[in-house]
Amino acid sequence: MSKRIEVLKTYKIYIGGQFPRTESGRTYVAKNTKGESLANVCLSSRKDVRDAVGSARSAFGGWSGRAAFNRGQILYRIAEMLEGRKAQFIDELIKQGATKIAAENEVSLSIDRLIYYSGWCDKYQQIFSAVNPVASSHFNFSVLEPMGVVTAIAPQENALIGLVSLIAPIIAGGNTCVILASSSKPLSSVTFAEVLNSSDLPGGVVNILTGKVPELLPFLADHMDVNAVCYTGTDAASQKMIKENASLNVKRVVLYDNHKWLTESAQSPYFISDFQEVKTTWHPIENIGGAKAGY
Amino acid sequence: MAKNNTLKLKFDSSRKLAPAPESKSVANIAERYELFINGKFEKPSSKKYFKTINPATEEHLSLLAEANQADVNKAVKAARTAYEKGWKKTAPKERAKYIYRIARIIQERARELAVIETLDGGKPIRESRDFDVPTAANHFFYYAGWADKLEYAFPNRNPQPLGVAGQIIPWNFPLLMAAWKIAPALATGNTVVLKPAETTSLTALKLAEIIQEADLPPGVVNIITGAGATGAAMVNHPDINKIAFTGSTDVGKIIQRAIAGTPKKATLELGGKAANIIFDDAPLDQAVEGIINGIFFNQGHVCCAGSRLFVQESVYKVVLQKLKDRMESLIVGDPIDKNTDIGAINSKQQLAVINKYIKIGQQEGANMFQSSCALPGKGFYCMPTIFTNVAQSNRIAQEEIFGPVLAIQTFRTDDEVIEKANNTAFGLSAGVWTDKGSKIFNMTSKLKAGVIWANTYNKFDPTSPFGGYKESGFGREGGLHGLGAYLKV
Repeated sequence: MSKRIEVLKTYKIYIGGQFPRTESGRTYVAKNTKGESLANVCLSSRKDVRDAVGSARSAFGGWSGRAAFNRGQILYRIAEMLEGRKAQFIDELIKQGATKIAAENEVSLSIDRLIYYSGWCDKYQQIFSAVNPVASSHFNFSVLEPMGVVTAIAPQENALIGLVSLIAPIIAGGNTCVILASSSKPLSSVTFAEVLNSSDLPGGVVNILTGKVPELLPFLADHMDVNAVCYTGTDAASQKMIKENASLNVKRVVLYDNHKWLTESAQSPYFISDFQEVKTTWHPIENIGGAKAGY
Repeated sequence: MAKNNTLKLKFDSSRKLAPAPESKSVANIAERYELFINGKFEKPSSKKYFKTINPATEEHLSLLAEANQADVNKAVKAARTAYEKGWKKTAPKERAKYIYRIARIIQERARELAVIETLDGGKPIRESRDFDVPTAANHFFYYAGWADKLEYAFPNRNPQPLGVAGQIIPWNFPLLMAAWKIAPALATGNTVVLKPAETTSLTALKLAEIIQEADLPPGVVNIITGAGATGAAMVNHPDINKIAFTGSTDVGKIIQRAIAGTPKKATLELGGKAANIIFDDAPLDQAVEGIINGIFFNQGHVCCAGSRLFVQESVYKVVLQKLKDRMESLIVGDPIDKNTDIGAINSKQQLAVINKYIKIGQQEGANMFQSSCALPGKGFYCMPTIFTNVAQSNRIAQEEIFGPVLAIQTFRTDDEVIEKANNTAFGLSAGVWTDKGSKIFNMTSKLKAGVIWANTYNKFDPTSPFGGYKESGFGREGGLHGLGAYLKV
């Protein structure tokens, strides 16, 4: 009997519910903290960004039109799938350099965070909406609506909880997104795409790319069919470039610098409202004179 | 096509009304205005002044100081000192009382403000008297009450002011826009440097007098006059924490880019090209009033103007005829006359822009109709204008004209009109006219715009958040949601 050879996974990107390789055909080698290579990972290109944004746009109408309850169910399902594959994620985080305790903690927190936002799906609207008591004879109310397609750059450290902490509030609010995974720790992000893919989440709602931040950041920020861009780094030059590129179509820019993703301060309904527009609707109220008291 | 069996409304446009001018005697306009910095009116270090005129008559009204970089520095320094030394430590309930005072004095001096607004900007006195000035006072009144209740607006948060707000406002609703900017900024504990538009600064300077009269601590509100260069100096000033801008999308993009490398926050309230959608089951006479109000209110100088009209094919002929009949009854003329419906275009430059688009519309092959009224010989005026046979790709259907010019298209199905209405880079507002409730909610939930009027148009209220989607800007003004623009939450 010869020794069984392990089957290694090809780490691909996630666009429109499919796992293609980057159209550029390029890869880079993801290494652990000791410098040992872990896998060949897709080095995504500008064209991949465009394809991913196209998928996100196509998915937006359907996803934002889902009942809030249904979105909550799907986020819960994502948590269930992640719970079931806990061991695999712990294993990957350890490969990427985490200690066993830290890896277990990060995976548990990621599951809990998904549950947390699952619960918010059909509640945040009630926190942030308003009936506005206008002085004229009109019924007037303001509700939140998703911005649309959001691009985001996941934190480099805490690759899993960081990714989850961005995706969950963005999609809980009905947006679709394109996320660039941590370049140095991409394995758990690609595996998380597999979790999403088996969770009844429609294809295109979340698209996950791997690659280099400096190469892709300008395109994630200047794409004219993107409504908002979220950056989690602290590099001032990158922040400036994002805002400049965003001005081409008045994109909303959300900066989360120095967030402690492992703490509870990194979760709140305000992370949902950061990616929401306020829509106000007016309608006249019929006002016929002579109404008597005692209705 | 359904037959037009409805009765024609008789507006009796041949009837001539006797002139009914509002008295100008209440308008106390000085020969020259200085910059309002640190609670005092100060001469500009630029030593330069520019003219402001009445666009309805081209008569000279006053001279205004031109603030240069040094003046902007002075104003920002005054605002910073007032913030650090006093305003942020002032008890919220006392802050509120100052703002209530401002609201009350605006109410007391309402007629004076209305007349000056009309003389300086060209809007009909009926609008400045019945809309601009009372709504400005109400805005201060509304936000005053928020000052000591902010923690209730943001559950589980401890909201804090940002610091110094630099605010740049447009010429279409001069006093009202000043109120929209200043009231929430003060209620949330910020101090202010405000720049009104160069063609319509007088009511902002009157507001400076009112602020003095209210005994607001020096430097809490500073009002400086000037054109684009003054605004740019504010945008680029390192000691300003927040830029609030209302104006064109082009300038908004420049501002977003200019502050990119800074921690400045921004609220941008930019252009629009709103769809006003008329279904065949709408109450048509009311809808026609809504079309008129949507595009001709304030000469069409309204970012949320209903400048694209979509009429369902089955009622197109009827609506078009009713619209033309109603247009013939509009009185275009001296805005100080209480009978005037459409006043003067705000400036010579804006009239040139509007006339350029009217020419473009004709060149693009659209059919033009203008009402047949006579325009005054002097001043800047534009005939109410509609275009039919407009294509979705025409410039008059895509670009903001900011004048009394309407582009009319038709549609058959709900899906078609949603797609056409959303096919624009803008997303400020929209209108829907139908008697069917479920259709209203289908439309209002699918139109990508920040404010939607169903069976009404161009309504505003201090409690009602206003602001756009997409390239119409971000952030909200008005209501609870307007507080967030001036707070760290």
